[in-house]
Amino acid sequence: MKRRFTFFLGGLVLAAMPLAFAQSGSLGLPKTVEAGSAFSIQSTGSGKAVLYIVGPGQVLRRSVQLGEPASFASGDLHNAGHYLAVLVSGSSTENGAFDVTAAHEPAVLSFLAKPSRVAVDSRDGISGVVYVFDTFQNLVLAPTKVSFQLSGVAGAAQTRTVLTRNGVASTKMNSAAKEGSGQFVAQVGNATGTRVIQQVPGEPCDLRMSARPSGQRLAVQTDPVRDCSGNVVPDGTIVTFTETYNGGESTVDAPLKQGVARAEMPAYNGAKISVATGVVLGNEIRWGK
Amino acid sequence: VTTGRLLAIFIVVATVALIVVGTLWPVQSAVAMAGAGASLLSSSSSAQAAVENLAGEIGRQDWERAYSSLANKSEFTETEFVRDLTGNYASLRTYATLDSSDLRPLHASADEAQIQLKLRWSTVVGTFSDTRTLQVVRTDDHWAVSWPIVKEPRVPPQVIPVNYLRWDVIYRGPADDWGAQDVEAPHVRIIDMHPVDRSAGVVIMGELLNEDVVPAFVKVKATLLAKDGSAIASEDSFDKISHVLLPKQVTPFLITFHDVALSQVDSVHMNPSAILIAASADPVIEIEDQRLNPAPEASFTGKLINQSGQVVNVAHVLGTFYDKDGQLVWVADQYVDRALLPETPISFAMSIPADIASKVSSERAITATYSSGRFQ
Repeated sequence: MKRRFTFFLGGLVLAAMPLAFAQSGSLGLPKTVEAGSAFSIQSTGSGKAVLYIVGPGQVLRRSVQLGEPASFASGDLHNAGHYLAVLVSGSSTENGAFDVTAAHEPAVLSFLAKPSRVAVDSRDGISGVVYVFDTFQNLVLAPTKVSFQLSGVAGAAQTRTVLTRNGVASTKMNSAAKEGSGQFVAQVGNATGTRVIQQVPGEPCDLRMSARPSGQRLAVQTDPVRDCSGNVVPDGTIVTFTETYNGGESTVDAPLKQGVARAEMPAYNGAKISVATGVVLGNEIRWGK
Repeated sequence: VTTGRLLAIFIVVATVALIVVGTLWPVQSAVAMAGAGASLLSSSSSAQAAVENLAGEIGRQDWERAYSSLANKSEFTETEFVRDLTGNYASLRTYATLDSSDLRPLHASADEAQIQLKLRWSTVVGTFSDTRTLQVVRTDDHWAVSWPIVKEPRVPPQVIPVNYLRWDVIYRGPADDWGAQDVEAPHVRIIDMHPVDRSAGVVIMGELLNEDVVPAFVKVKATLLAKDGSAIASEDSFDKISHVLLPKQVTPFLITFHDVALSQVDSVHMNPSAILIAASADPVIEIEDQRLNPAPEASFTGKLINQSGQVVNVAHVLGTFYDKDGQLVWVADQYVDRALLPETPISFAMSIPADIASKVSSERAITATYSSGRFQ
């Protein structure tokens, strides 16, 4: 929006110049300028003139002495894009164009890592995308090496090096077999970005429970619940105990606490008790008889 | 001028006449709204009138007058009478208003009668009814109701240790840079879905699983699409779902599209959504003695037992019903009007349509709970 407005303003400036002043001429313009670097524009002739530089998000106006170079200091032009240069001198106007490119040195990166939470042992389950910018937030279009590293969980760190294309580099990583928080780091030159990827246990595996009398009732309890890689399923996971007896049924949804789910059920002789969590079924026991 | 005077006199006379008529022969509903005393109601000259008066006083929450009219008030205090009707702890009863009442005489003699009183209460989540069988006795020239008090059991003072489990969430802040990731929304999945044609319209029912390791606030939206791809209607599950799903928990859901026939529908677009929320894993509610009662008046009944130490103010029971092949055939729900005290069974009953009841072979029930003062 800001850039459009600047172009609009620049357009107005140029349109306001009397066409009678427009004459063909040449300006000594550089073909490209690196964003933020110093440069100069050479003019010919003698006398005073005004030089306008119009580009994305920026308009510069300088009084210049014709025949001498007009110098621009570092940082004067910092937005990458196509610029117009217009030299207005008395009754004549000279114009030209040049490009400002992003600085070669990457300074900032934007790192998108998805998902922030992934089940263990997911092949290509983690994706990372990096956008490389220079110090003025211009997207660096020149191919740049980006290194990705996923570490922090048991096992060797996974590393990939990817060349950016049109300023973007992406990769995919496997999640570890062991649960825990992984550090997903992207690095370009001195710029780094770190994201935390929580690698969580998968579906419970081999769900088992036992029952024992507790006063007039039954105390049912699961064994420590783990996934198929041996990771402890997180506390809070709901385990459903179901007891069927004489045409009736009792159920309890109990959360895992310290890896184990516990509940109390009515004690009916001959009752059938089963356990499940999500879509995973566990063992079944028959009480009494 | 004369015509104007006559009109003014006529208006004044008509107004006075209407005031006199309204005072001498008031409409019962107007009396109730005005909160007027019993002197304006029919006297307790019959057993039925005594029960009607009592229902009116309960409706106006005129507890003092209702209690004083009882024949057996020596058996309990006014506070116990009020708590019988409104609950000891905050619950749906506490904020309910009497919508209507029905009387059904069961037995009558010269000095004694038995009348069934059905009180229908309105709450924010619908209505519930409370049916009491009242003994009405004649004393001298008037009748008085003997109230069948139901005293809520008191839980003795004690400490119940709870290994409390709670999830807290830190979301991304406004100062985070572009690309900084936010916490991932929980992953939920519809594991079962059936559209059914009912007299009320199309009903979409199914089950939703939280397959993640974090709690989720869930809802399900369905859009019915016609053959040309246009949307016929869009609805969500509203309260026919347990909105808070803990990890690996499954909730049924039911969405009703009124005035739509299944023959109009070509496909259904389901859109389950989940938001990561802070939640608590407690309390644990046992659902005991679940039974399917056959038609007529088919119902699913059971008892809720709060296995935790905290009082549950509102409990919502959702029943999922399956046929002999394990296919989902119906979803029903019921709010429990009394608070759930620790280790104190509270009954619930939800009706099942008669044509569905004959197909039901098994069921599964879950509860969603709300406790005031609990962080969730």
